[in-house]
Amino acid sequence: MTLKRTLAALGAVLPLALAGGASAAEGKIKELKEPSWTWEGIFGRYDQQQLQRGYQVYREVCSSCHSMKLVAFRHLAEDGGPFYLEECPVELGLPSTTDCSDPAANPIVKALAADYQIEAGVDDSGDPLIRPGLPADYLPSPYANRQQAMLANGGAYPPDMSLLVKSRVKGRNYIYSLITGYEEPPAILDVPPGQYYNPYYPGDTASMVREEYLDEEGHILHEYELPPGGAFKMAPPLQDGIVTYEDGSPETVDQYARDVVSFLQWSSEPKLEQRKEMGGFVMLYLFAFAGIVYASYRQIWRNVEH
Amino acid sequence: MSSTTNSTGGYEAEAVRVSGSKPEGPTVEVDEGRRDFIHLLAAGTAAAAGVGVLIPLISQLAPDAAVRALATKEVNISAIEPGQAIKVIWQGKPVFIRRLTERELAVDEETPLSALKDADARNENAAGEATVENRIASGDFVIVLGVCTHLGCVPLGTDTGDNRGDYGGWFCPCHGSHYDSLGRIRKGPAPQNLAVPPLEFLTDTTIRLG
Amino acid sequence: MSHESTYVPGTGFERWVDKRLPLVRLGYDSFIDFPTPKNLNYWYTFGGILSIILVWQIVTGIVLAMHYTAHTDYAFQSVEMIMRDVNYGWLLRYAHSNGASMFFIAVYLHIARGLYYGSYKEPREILWGLGVVIFLLMMGTAFMGYVLPWGQMSYWGATVITSLASAVPLIGDPIKTLLWGGFAVDNPTLNRFYALHYLMPFLIAGVVILHIWALHVPGNNNPSGVEVKTKKDTVPFHPYYTVKDGFAIVCFFILFAAFLFYMPNTLGHPDNYIEADPMVTPAHIVPEWYFLPFYAMLRAITFDIGIPFTDIVLINSKLGGVLVMLGSILILFVLPWLDRSKVRSMRYRPVAKLWLILFFLDVCLLGWLGAQLAEQPYILISQLATAYYFAYFLIVLPVLAITETPKALPRSISESVTADKAGMRKRKTPVGMTAGGSHPAPAE
Repeated sequence: MTLKRTLAALGAVLPLALAGGASAAEGKIKELKEPSWTWEGIFGRYDQQQLQRGYQVYREVCSSCHSMKLVAFRHLAEDGGPFYLEECPVELGLPSTTDCSDPAANPIVKALAADYQIEAGVDDSGDPLIRPGLPADYLPSPYANRQQAMLANGGAYPPDMSLLVKSRVKGRNYIYSLITGYEEPPAILDVPPGQYYNPYYPGDTASMVREEYLDEEGHILHEYELPPGGAFKMAPPLQDGIVTYEDGSPETVDQYARDVVSFLQWSSEPKLEQRKEMGGFVMLYLFAFAGIVYASYRQIWRNVEH
Repeated sequence: MSSTTNSTGGYEAEAVRVSGSKPEGPTVEVDEGRRDFIHLLAAGTAAAAGVGVLIPLISQLAPDAAVRALATKEVNISAIEPGQAIKVIWQGKPVFIRRLTERELAVDEETPLSALKDADARNENAAGEATVENRIASGDFVIVLGVCTHLGCVPLGTDTGDNRGDYGGWFCPCHGSHYDSLGRIRKGPAPQNLAVPPLEFLTDTTIRLG
Repeated sequence: MSHESTYVPGTGFERWVDKRLPLVRLGYDSFIDFPTPKNLNYWYTFGGILSIILVWQIVTGIVLAMHYTAHTDYAFQSVEMIMRDVNYGWLLRYAHSNGASMFFIAVYLHIARGLYYGSYKEPREILWGLGVVIFLLMMGTAFMGYVLPWGQMSYWGATVITSLASAVPLIGDPIKTLLWGGFAVDNPTLNRFYALHYLMPFLIAGVVILHIWALHVPGNNNPSGVEVKTKKDTVPFHPYYTVKDGFAIVCFFILFAAFLFYMPNTLGHPDNYIEADPMVTPAHIVPEWYFLPFYAMLRAITFDIGIPFTDIVLINSKLGGVLVMLGSILILFVLPWLDRSKVRSMRYRPVAKLWLILFFLDVCLLGWLGAQLAEQPYILISQLATAYYFAYFLIVLPVLAITETPKALPRSISESVTADKAGMRKRKTPVGMTAGGSHPAPAE
């Protein structure tokens, strides 16, 4: 029983076990769409233009219901983020001492932040101090608290989006499939008002089957199949042309979805580029290191029969 | 293990001691040198990896991005009238911003450098002697760190009604240091003038600290 | 150490120190000149790998503690602060969370090695028992560490596992309240878990020292299972095994780095990126992968145990599950006395070897079952797999110790090596054993 053979066997078994765990967690939903993403793979990186468009979609569409509490404006200006600047754009005519690669000094993000009015402590008379946003401020939430958010959304709480991609199984493809995948509900389903059918939503369609398709025991008639997915309270958020892009990218639901998912991936994993960059270096180093130690090992053991 | 070994280590006869010992068999010198090299290289690579691991372990001690984002601060000074002063917090420390009256300016102009305890400007933005022009930020604004150079107390004199000391500037209540209106130490135990922080006028009414 | 010390202080200063505190001598005799069987294969490198990972976890853990806030209102945010704002925080946090998984990969292979080569047998029973203690401490540490990020899986994992205490008759519920410090998992629970999570690695380190001490008294077991007879059977630990362990450690870190840099969240659960919410239980609670086999055994007991033909229940299913789960680990303590075969290594036990391989597969199967929903047919398979898990220790090994005819043992380690070499030559063309040869030396 050599180590190699055993590891090979383990390699075959482990992914199976892990995959089993993941798939068992989902309800029966339609198979997710799997578009290609620029950040996938060993050398994958974010497309900065796409992140900017994604931020625009988030700001103009999603942010009216979904908060993003873990992201500050300054994060948008960090290396790898949507508005990172290596150098100050000349046309702005900023003093030479301004370092635009510093997230707190980035002129784009300063302007984005200043568009918001932020409550920051109290003023000298004890009233809430409202001032224009600063890069150090966190993205303001659309609702003051959870109760308010639920009241405004028919009892459903729109989840915070900071970690949305990482907190869902196959998050990127799930969110993309969900927001591009709204359909007219199948005829056998009776979707309650205020809810929207989506074949990718991990809900339960059994409770929505119309009476006439059920047998006496309340099960679905055997000639029909239970449709995948479920219904939930988010109306289809995107329509063609709802957001105006300045860089000439297509203004379609599909493009919006790709862009906003990329932005959400960034907000979940802002250090992805640094991670993969360092990973490349570390892997090369370790392989060379292993080679050297192996040579040393062979040298030391050359005269020992073992 | 019940077997005993003598002090020279009586392991398997063919085993060669590696740590730089002389070749025991008919090995060629050059070959031995190359062999030693691979062990040194292995040890060196391990040591370099160790140093590499230290980098993140030490850098994490430095201020994080949230702290660094507050390293600079922009302050609007348009509301300050001559004779008034405000206190703002920058990098966790108070900064005094004071607009001098013409009379105060005139007094400062007349003070000879020889009357000063500390003749250095103590200004991050302008090195040299503690003259009026080296102490003043722009126009009639004096901007100094509100930390007494003696033992770090916050001097009085910014708010109206405070004790401004014998020279009409700031007075540190802890050990009685008197500063003039340019923040220069004139009397008391403090060794240095109040420091002028790094700053820049972005517009006539907005300054950036840090 | 049982072998005579060979340390010779070189300088006057070294002699001075050696007379007062022979620490250098201890290190020299334990890790430089320690006589080690020359036929240890790569399965024997996991001990070294595990010590490095223990240090790794302690160092990254202390650093993370400098930024973490153990309060239900801030714990989740402080972890995300580490990921987003602390310099290299993402690296340190992923290194620590994936490091835990690596720790368990290595410890499972280390245990499997011990089972295969009979390392638990006389005279190494205490060495083995200390190893089981370390394993228990590791499980506790990992469990409490997983609670600290205060995600949904942290919270609900903590709730489910601490609720196991309520299975104890009569005093179960008071114990549960005592563990929680409240009426549910809450801030006091988080705080005490943090304190203990910080403490336990140092306890582990202490037991590891005892474990190594207990190893160095009888010396290493080896793949042939035959004790060292003469000096010809051994080589000094340094440089022979420092370099071999070193090579294995670097290879192991390649695996570690692959997870750390390219799939840092693969071994975790997405739900733990949602902040803990006492009002919403995730659809499917699973522990971290390394607990899955034990979780499967816990869930396998779905029936009450009582006096037949009466309604009297002696052990209800909840308590039964807890006992089975605990028993699955505690049984390892008595393993040296269950397997009475004189032959250590499975190399020379053709029948027991097959049962052991079946046991390994059984544990993998249990791991897979632990991730499935608690419904049929998984429950039935879990019950069968659990039954075999215990049968291996309680029936298979004791019976085989009597009935099995082992193969002829080699007279010494050297003879077993020579026999292996001869076997190798028969199988393939001879390979020159010079440095830079194209094939690695055969591991066994």
